[in-house]
Amino acid sequence: MKLDYFEELWSNQDEVITHSYVQDVKLKSGKTLALITLDNGKDHTRPSTLGPLTLKQFSEKVEALEVRAKNGEIHGLAITGKPYFLAAGADLSKAGNLASSRAGRLFVELGHFALGKLGNFPVPTFVFINGLALGGGLEIALNANYRTVNKAAPAIALPEVFLGLLPGWGGAYLLPNLIGIRNALKVIIENPLKQNRMLSPKEALDLGIADVMFEPQRFIEDSVAWADKVLSGLKPTRKNKPGLFEKLVVWSPAVGIARKMLKQKIGTVPLAPYAALDLIDEAKFSSKEAGFKREDEELEKLISSDQFRASMYAFNLVQKHAKNPQGAPDPKLAIKVQKVGIVGAGLMASQFALLFLRRLGVPVIITDVSQERVDKGLAYVRSELDKLVEKGRMSVDDRNRFSANLSGTLDLKDFANCDWVIEAVFEEMKIKQDVFTRVEQVVREDCVLATNTSSLSVDEIAKVLKHPERMVGFHFFNPVAVMPLLEVVKAPKSNDVSIATAMRVAKDLKKTAVITSDSTGFVVNRLLGYLLGEAMRAVDEGIPFEEVADAIAPLGLPMNPFDLLELVGLQVGAHVLDSMYGFSSERFYKTESLHALAKYGKIRTKDAKGNPTGYDPEAIKIVSGGTRVRTKAEVFDQLIVGLAKEIRLMLDEGVVQSAEDIDLCMIMGAGWPFHMGGITPYLDRVGASQKVFGKSFHTPMIRGV
Amino acid sequence: MQNTYFVDGVRTPFGKAGEKGVYWNTRADDLIVKSMIGLLDRHPNLPKESIDDVAIAATTQTGDQGLTIGRTSTLLAGLPLSVPGFAIDRMCAGAMTAVTMTGSAIGVGAYDVVLAGGVEHMGRHPMGEGADPNPRFIAEKLVDPEALNMGNTAEKIHDRFPSLTKERADAFAVRSQQRAAAAYDKGYIQQDLVTISATTAEGVRVVDRDELLRPDSTIEGMKDLKTPFRAGGKVTAGNASPLTDGATISLLAGDQAVKQYGLKPRMRMVGFAFAGVEPEIMGIGPIPSTEKALKKAGLSIDDIGLFEINEAFAVQVLSFLEHFKIADDDKRVNAWGGAIAFGHPLASSGVRLMNQLSRQFEMQPDVRYGITSMCIGLGMGGTVIWENEFFDGKKK
Repeated sequence: MKLDYFEELWSNQDEVITHSYVQDVKLKSGKTLALITLDNGKDHTRPSTLGPLTLKQFSEKVEALEVRAKNGEIHGLAITGKPYFLAAGADLSKAGNLASSRAGRLFVELGHFALGKLGNFPVPTFVFINGLALGGGLEIALNANYRTVNKAAPAIALPEVFLGLLPGWGGAYLLPNLIGIRNALKVIIENPLKQNRMLSPKEALDLGIADVMFEPQRFIEDSVAWADKVLSGLKPTRKNKPGLFEKLVVWSPAVGIARKMLKQKIGTVPLAPYAALDLIDEAKFSSKEAGFKREDEELEKLISSDQFRASMYAFNLVQKHAKNPQGAPDPKLAIKVQKVGIVGAGLMASQFALLFLRRLGVPVIITDVSQERVDKGLAYVRSELDKLVEKGRMSVDDRNRFSANLSGTLDLKDFANCDWVIEAVFEEMKIKQDVFTRVEQVVREDCVLATNTSSLSVDEIAKVLKHPERMVGFHFFNPVAVMPLLEVVKAPKSNDVSIATAMRVAKDLKKTAVITSDSTGFVVNRLLGYLLGEAMRAVDEGIPFEEVADAIAPLGLPMNPFDLLELVGLQVGAHVLDSMYGFSSERFYKTESLHALAKYGKIRTKDAKGNPTGYDPEAIKIVSGGTRVRTKAEVFDQLIVGLAKEIRLMLDEGVVQSAEDIDLCMIMGAGWPFHMGGITPYLDRVGASQKVFGKSFHTPMIRGV
Repeated sequence: MQNTYFVDGVRTPFGKAGEKGVYWNTRADDLIVKSMIGLLDRHPNLPKESIDDVAIAATTQTGDQGLTIGRTSTLLAGLPLSVPGFAIDRMCAGAMTAVTMTGSAIGVGAYDVVLAGGVEHMGRHPMGEGADPNPRFIAEKLVDPEALNMGNTAEKIHDRFPSLTKERADAFAVRSQQRAAAAYDKGYIQQDLVTISATTAEGVRVVDRDELLRPDSTIEGMKDLKTPFRAGGKVTAGNASPLTDGATISLLAGDQAVKQYGLKPRMRMVGFAFAGVEPEIMGIGPIPSTEKALKKAGLSIDDIGLFEINEAFAVQVLSFLEHFKIADDDKRVNAWGGAIAFGHPLASSGVRLMNQLSRQFEMQPDVRYGITSMCIGLGMGGTVIWENEFFDGKKK
């Protein structure tokens, strides 16, 4: 095969080319090492990526060096990257826009063609992993014979599965054959599905991805010296390289276990992890050529798939869209928050206190109705700080600082110099209004007041204020420290300063904030309320729990609706359904049976580790008695039509400004999957949008080729 | 009181300053850090905690040469946090001054082990960058306006000493290139170079050789070079040191540390002196500084068996030789070539001289004393007298 074969990829490209620069290095031994540097000529904000023209140039340079190697002019070949980056992988702006599945196939084959040269080179090949090495970037290294890694490289990973792809430039075949089946499963499957976890250089070394690690100051110099030793006979040991025993006895069972766990964790909708599993399993005894060919086949399918396009859409939402919140006022309007007041000292309030202390680094004062409750809240926060110190995740200095910044009071006058007061008191209009009336009497005129309400009207709460324009909704998700989403609620009277301040606070808290209107359930609770209501409606009709869960499974949600109900708390769930029903009894469903389940306490049975095993007989009894039975398909069809309708309404009402905002909320606030793009790309694709409003949320629709 | 020893020193290969130079995209602090690690790698038995201080010189102490580079570089090199550092400046004699000051501190027993060196990235920091000379210098005629341009000060030496002709300067320069090339051929220079990886626009280069050497220089080729400092002048790019990027660093220790850590010193600091001259003829500075140092040490010029004199300009070395009645081509002087060949990254050059002297001591046990000396901008000279630790008492 020659480069010409890929000719149709060369045309019509606005690729940022990562160049391959060759320099000869004279080694102490007298030998010569050719050193290729991958450099896209941009600064550190633009990592090097691998597009078709990049791979073309790389191939040409390596081919020229092949001739020199055969002539004995060079004795080794090494690859490294520009400062801080080896390469951040395939150029996704290219991969995400391939016009046809044929172009996708060619791009995949070109990767194999180019990187594969490192595995069949006449002299030993090295990759000096100097910095970030992701996906195709790391696969450059895997294709070489030897690898060194910089102790300060920021991240090393094969994140393909996270994006609906698989490591198909040799990764799926080479990695398990280099570091063993269990380690490879961790890198290729488990980590990408754990919020795209990446490896540290030390982990890469321990796993056997790198042969040796060097300090950053002289990384290239030390790597070159090490390569010289290898060329002179040093043989690095590879303790994790799988032997025959592992291949015969351990390999397939390990893949089987992984498959079972995957099904339990993410269901069977996502394609990429299962395709990756298949390839890893086959890598056991197949030849490299056969393994690479299978990667071509599977990656071609994925790169053309709906799921990959939806993943790219979701990835861009999280990476780009989220950083420019729609409808946000000028950030410069934000007032500088130098002291935070929290009304309430219960669990939620204490979690707020902890988060504000850590992320804002300013004094935080809490209050409640009794000294006992205040003391309890303070003690909770301090014990959480201590735990962080014990786990080595916080320095003693920081603990002391945060602890000293925390205070409690029974006298609201101590809130006088707060710039931001947030409440976490009981979800009742009268109580919240009373709290803010009293707070407003003591704070300055420019102090922003925030309510964490999930179901009450922010405007209604603000009615009691002399300055209602300073009130915003600030809706966290539980657990507060973990969930990345914040719904910032712009009530009709909220002014730009208050919203800008809320957005600034959200940013400092490292949350993704979406601005919503003051509308019941905002985004996440409204759609979850609808979904869970429909699940309970089907249950009430007499469809067994597991069949309802089955019916909804094609949405690809991370957990079934009943697990979700248990996670948020059955009582909270019942409350959400009730308040959404109060909002529109036509569209939303509420049910006494959920209250009964809440009173009983559970729906699922669980094993010792807390994994759900089935449905509780008593729970089944509580919901029994339904007579009207729809088919699963009917339940699902009506659900997705209902979701499309609700989202259309939300956009028409201006709850948020775009379908993108809806998807961002559902991905960040409810863990809806990347491979569905949240929800709207899917609703378009399956025709639900068309059925409801005769159009699609996205034009063109987000789908594969 | 204890003796101060020069134990070891290394340097980066020197690079051409400016966009075409190999270090154009490499930071000055990275150069000194890589040197520091390279030096310490040669002494694995020396506990890093034992380093009492780190003195790093730079002439332009701003940007990547600012922020107290002696401290930033110890942090960047990953030395224990307990090891302090400071920055020092005496222009061209920065590294020399780093050695004399910390060496003195060893002498009085305050320190036992120090690192002393210098760095100058003349590409990133052209001479005089950001300088703001007091207008009084000119208004009150404190200095000749020409004193601030080093090339002019060299022309002035030619003016004052008509016997120092352009031909002698060119011949001296060619000899410097030839001696450097010969020393390279024998591997004398490379032994104390640390390899540097440098990011360039054409990929990472691994630098293990001085970039500026011109071993093929001839007197004929030099004859018609431009004289950039004045029309009809005598100073050319051929008989002056080029603008250079580079870093040097040395390990100094006192008696106690030498014994405790089993160090092998190459020379002992006998004494030193700095002296001032008229700024507009700064190149003659080494003459008074050497006389002063010799006097304080109770030695005479005849006791000195080896000279390492910085070749800022050929004429400036010639003025020194003529003063002390030493032949232009004396084999004791800059035997392995000098700054005209290797380059002169201002504040780092002092330690290069010491390195080369100490290696020659090693090979010449019959020599007892040597000096390192250099001229310094704004009219100064500096000289350090060293005793050969390999001296076998058998004078040839």
